[in-house]
Amino acid sequence: MTAMEQVVNEIDAVAVIARNVNFYYGESQALFDISININPKQITAFIGPSGCGKSTLLRCFNRMNEVILGTRITGDILIRGTDVYKEGTRLETLRKRVGMVFQKSNPFPMTIYDNIAFGPRMRGLKDKAALDEIVERSLKQSDLWQEVKDRLNRSAMELSGGQQQRLCIARTLANEPEIILMDEPASALDPISTSKIEETIQELRNYYTIVIVTHNLQQAARCSDYTAFFYLGRLVEMDTTAKIFQNPSQKRTEDYISGKFG
Amino acid sequence: MPHYNKYFDQELQDLKELVLKLGGMVEEQVSNAIISLTDRNVELARETIKLDHLINKLEVEIDEKCIDILALRQPMGPDLRFVTTAIKIIDNLERMGDMAVNICERVIDIAAEPRLKAYLDIPRMADIAKHMLKGCLDAFVTRNTDLAQKVRLEDDMVDALMSQIFRELLSFMVEDPHTISRATRIMFIAKYIERIADHATNIAEMVIYMVEGRIVRHTDPEAGN
Repeated sequence: MTAMEQVVNEIDAVAVIARNVNFYYGESQALFDISININPKQITAFIGPSGCGKSTLLRCFNRMNEVILGTRITGDILIRGTDVYKEGTRLETLRKRVGMVFQKSNPFPMTIYDNIAFGPRMRGLKDKAALDEIVERSLKQSDLWQEVKDRLNRSAMELSGGQQQRLCIARTLANEPEIILMDEPASALDPISTSKIEETIQELRNYYTIVIVTHNLQQAARCSDYTAFFYLGRLVEMDTTAKIFQNPSQKRTEDYISGKFG
Repeated sequence: MPHYNKYFDQELQDLKELVLKLGGMVEEQVSNAIISLTDRNVELARETIKLDHLINKLEVEIDEKCIDILALRQPMGPDLRFVTTAIKIIDNLERMGDMAVNICERVIDIAAEPRLKAYLDIPRMADIAKHMLKGCLDAFVTRNTDLAQKVRLEDDMVDALMSQIFRELLSFMVEDPHTISRATRIMFIAKYIERIADHATNIAEMVIYMVEGRIVRHTDPEAGN
C-alpha cells in the first residue's frame, strides 16, 4: 500500500477528523487544539460541564458557528476527506451531508408532510411518488410513522414535544445525511419520550454516524458507543463508553462522571 | 475527594463502615471457631453457631443499601466499582461466617471422642487464613493493592498445608480404621479453613478491581497479575 492509499484508507475509516482545532468567540477562546476522530456508523457522545466546548465543537462540524458574528476557527475539520472550511465548500452540500437536531424541537409551521419533504424539495425533487416514499421512510426511521400516518396533512405544531423532536429527526433523515449532530436532543422531554428518542438513535446507528451532546450522563452511558469528555475547551479523553463510565484513564473524567470536585 | 452531593459521600462512607463491621464480626466468628477446636470448647462452639444469624442479617442489610445506591444514585466510575465490589465482598464474608459455623458443628461432633492428635498444622493454617482475612479487609479500607496482592500469595501456603494435613490424616486412617470418623471430620475442618482463605483471596482480588478497574480473578498472582 502506498502512503497515499494509506491516507485515503484512513480517511475512509473515520467519519469526521478534527485536527488542532482552535475556536474563538471574538477575543475569547472556546476550543483549544482539539484533535478527535469520530468513528463511522457509531454513536459518539460529547460530555462535559457547561462551557466546556462540546456544543461549540459539534457546531464546527457543519459550520453552524458561522452565523455568530466575530467567530474564528483555525485547524482542520475533514468529513470523509472533504475539508469543511475550505473556500468553495458549499454550505448547502455540507449541511445535507451533516444534519442537525437541536435541543428545542423546531418544526416549520407547515404540515407534517411538508416538514419532511422540505429538504428534498429544496434540492429540486418534485416527483410526488418519490417524495411520498421519502416521507414514509424518514418517519418510519424516526419511529413516528405509526403515530402520524393518518394525519400527514395536519400541522406539525399539533404534535407533542417528543413527537416534534422525532419529526425533526425525520426531517434530517429525509436529506439522507452521512452524519447527524444532536445537541441535547432529549433534554426538554419526559422520560418516555426520551426513551423513544434514545431507541431511535440506537436504531439509526446502523446507517448513520451520530454525534450527540448531552448533559445527561446516564443518557450518554445508555445510548453511545464512544464518549468524549471535554473540560475548559479541551478534549480530556475519548474512549469506549463502557470504559469511560467504569474506569476512565484521566482523573478529571473520573471526577466529572462520579460528581466529585476538588 | 468529595462529591458535589455531600449526602452521597455520607452514604458511601456508611456503606464502607458497615462492610468493615461485618468483616470484624466474621473475624471474631472464625477466631472463636478455631479456639473452640483447639480448646475442645463445645460451649464456645455452640455460642458461635448461635451468633451466625447476626452476620446473615447484616449482610442482607448491606446488600439492600448497595441496591438502593445503585438504583437511586446510579454511581459511575470508581463509585460504581466500589458499590459492586461491596456487594461481592459481603457475599464472601457471609460465606466465611458459614464456614465458621461448619467448623463449630464438626467440633461438637468430635467432642465426645478422645483427641485424635495434637493440632499443629490446622492452627497454623487457621492463623494464615485469619491473617488473610484481616489483610483483605485492611486492603479494602486503605485501597492498598500491594497488600491485596500479598493476600493472594498467602493462599498458596494454605493450600500446601491443606495437602499436608490430608496426607497425615490419611495415614492415620490407613493405620487404624477406628480413627476414620474423627479424621474425616478434621479433614472437613481443614477444608473449611481452606475455603475461608479462598474467600479472602476473592476479596483481595475484588479490591484490586475496585482500585484499579483491573479484573485479576482466575489469573496467577505469581505471574505478576
